[in-house]
Amino acid sequence: MKNIKINKKTKQMLITLAIVVIFYAFIEILSLAGALSGLFSGLLVPMTVYILAAIGLNLCVGYLGELSLGHAGFMCVGAYSSSLFSMIFKDAIPDALRFLLALAVGGIVAMIFGFLIAIPVLRLKGDYLAIVTLAFGEIIKNIINTLFIGRDADGFHFSMKDTASLNMAADGEVILNGPQGITGTPKQATFTIGILLIILCLVIVYNFVNSRTGRAVTAIRDNRIAAETIGINITKYKIIAFTLSAGIAGLGGVLYAHNLNSLTATTKNFGYNMSIMLLVYVVLGGIGSLRGTIIATVILYALPELLRGLADYRMLIYSIVLIALMIFNWAPGVKTWREVHGLDGASLQKKLKFGKKEKEVQ
Amino acid sequence: MSLLEVKNLSISFGGLKAVDDFNLNIEKGDLYGLIGPNGAGKTTVFNMLSGIYKPTSGNIFLDGVDITGKKTSDINKSGIARTFQNIRLFEDMTVLDNVKVGLHNTYKYHSYDAILRTPKYFKMEKLMDEKALELLTIFGLEGEKDTMASSLPYGNQRQLEIARAMATNPKLLILDEPAAGMNPNETAELMDTIALIRKEFGITILLIEHDMKLVAGICEKLTVLNFGAVLTQGETSKVLSDPEVIKAYLGE
Repeated sequence: MKNIKINKKTKQMLITLAIVVIFYAFIEILSLAGALSGLFSGLLVPMTVYILAAIGLNLCVGYLGELSLGHAGFMCVGAYSSSLFSMIFKDAIPDALRFLLALAVGGIVAMIFGFLIAIPVLRLKGDYLAIVTLAFGEIIKNIINTLFIGRDADGFHFSMKDTASLNMAADGEVILNGPQGITGTPKQATFTIGILLIILCLVIVYNFVNSRTGRAVTAIRDNRIAAETIGINITKYKIIAFTLSAGIAGLGGVLYAHNLNSLTATTKNFGYNMSIMLLVYVVLGGIGSLRGTIIATVILYALPELLRGLADYRMLIYSIVLIALMIFNWAPGVKTWREVHGLDGASLQKKLKFGKKEKEVQ
Repeated sequence: MSLLEVKNLSISFGGLKAVDDFNLNIEKGDLYGLIGPNGAGKTTVFNMLSGIYKPTSGNIFLDGVDITGKKTSDINKSGIARTFQNIRLFEDMTVLDNVKVGLHNTYKYHSYDAILRTPKYFKMEKLMDEKALELLTIFGLEGEKDTMASSLPYGNQRQLEIARAMATNPKLLILDEPAAGMNPNETAELMDTIALIRKEFGITILLIEHDMKLVAGICEKLTVLNFGAVLTQGETSKVLSDPEVIKAYLGE
């Protein structure tokens, strides 16, 4: 161990991964002990879905520095493409392999959409970019709601009108039924798979950010003109980061699709509400902090559900928690107070003797 | 042949001719000064040289290659690096990372090398670290390598900006008012730094400066710009004693 130098960033990442693993172990133990209610177990997979999407969005907002309100659209693309894939090859490929391929398909198709949308959209900045990404997200959702795909003995039929115009033989089966979506996607997403994907995405984002490409991306965020004058092709790196970000959100979508029997695209799951929810997770968790994003998503996602017993008061409490988190994370006065009382990130680490360990390792 | 040859360069913003028929020849190894009163168009010239503005007419040749109207990042790749009047660092990145961004086009590997952490990634990162530290050592910033760029003192920020520009291995370094906002001590330090990088890298430098002590102290040749046009060009001592120049600066 003595020759291995673990730098600060790697250490941060390992801590984040450790938190994820501990959280997983904790939930699993509770579940084995039978202490989890059916309601709560049902929340676990969606929670990993939103964590994934929020990690993807944080790459875009935190590291690229561009505000996207269209990430629910990429989730939607990932969900539908993978679900279609799983439906089409339902009997042709063994379950486990098919799910792996579905993950790849969902991620890659979302990346393709991310790439295509990034080309025109990333010419814009700030609010304008946010508005246009919001529009693209809605367009994706609405187009998907007009698609009809069916299959019979002759092969595939496609329409953008209704099921009747698919002109299928009597044995035909409708796979994608417009606004009614896809019914019967194999339910293969589990909490374990979700956690594994989160770990995978954390490692990918971490490796990406701490590399030549990632440095170029953060340099563009910090100062676009300076980045250009030292030879960085702005457009290229913006597109790369946005594409990767869309791909990760797409993976979240795959998980989402394979957790539900019937997949539909509504305002609630893939609309702007979801995009804004994701943004709330990212902003309150800390822009550019993956660990914060995960923690904020867990708390903010689980909270309204856990407070369900309080009926009408739950949204009131939820909003108070939102405000409290915001103040704790961002208010300058509280930041200073945390530093003085040793409650900021750096001093907490010293208390836990991480600093000492680093010296020993070196 | 000159390293930088600027021919009849002009730019207009709407009806305003900000720079009109600007000519400049810089030989390899020169330390050249561009001076003139406020609003004369000096920074506009720099912005055209570095590709931030596209000239309305005229040509820029670097080492005989026409770079007029090229993209900013391509102009840097052809060999011009610059600093800014109001320092532009990557503030939320460490000092070391700032320089490593400058090495972007020198040591290359793909994004997938990074994501998969291939041996190439480790090899190239190691080379980058070594090269970046070497540069920081020249500028005396090696002790600050893990500091955030925004928390460096002003003078060091300027040095870091120059170090970052030097990391791109330019043929021509252009400095926009490097001594702006500096106290006399920092200015003296900056003059040492400039002398040092000329010695270490043998680089050609073009700078804009208002601090006449600095200009007279280090520049060998000067061009004086006034109202977007060249007033006079030549050896520093001759130019500075030119009555026209004194008039432009101080009025009659």
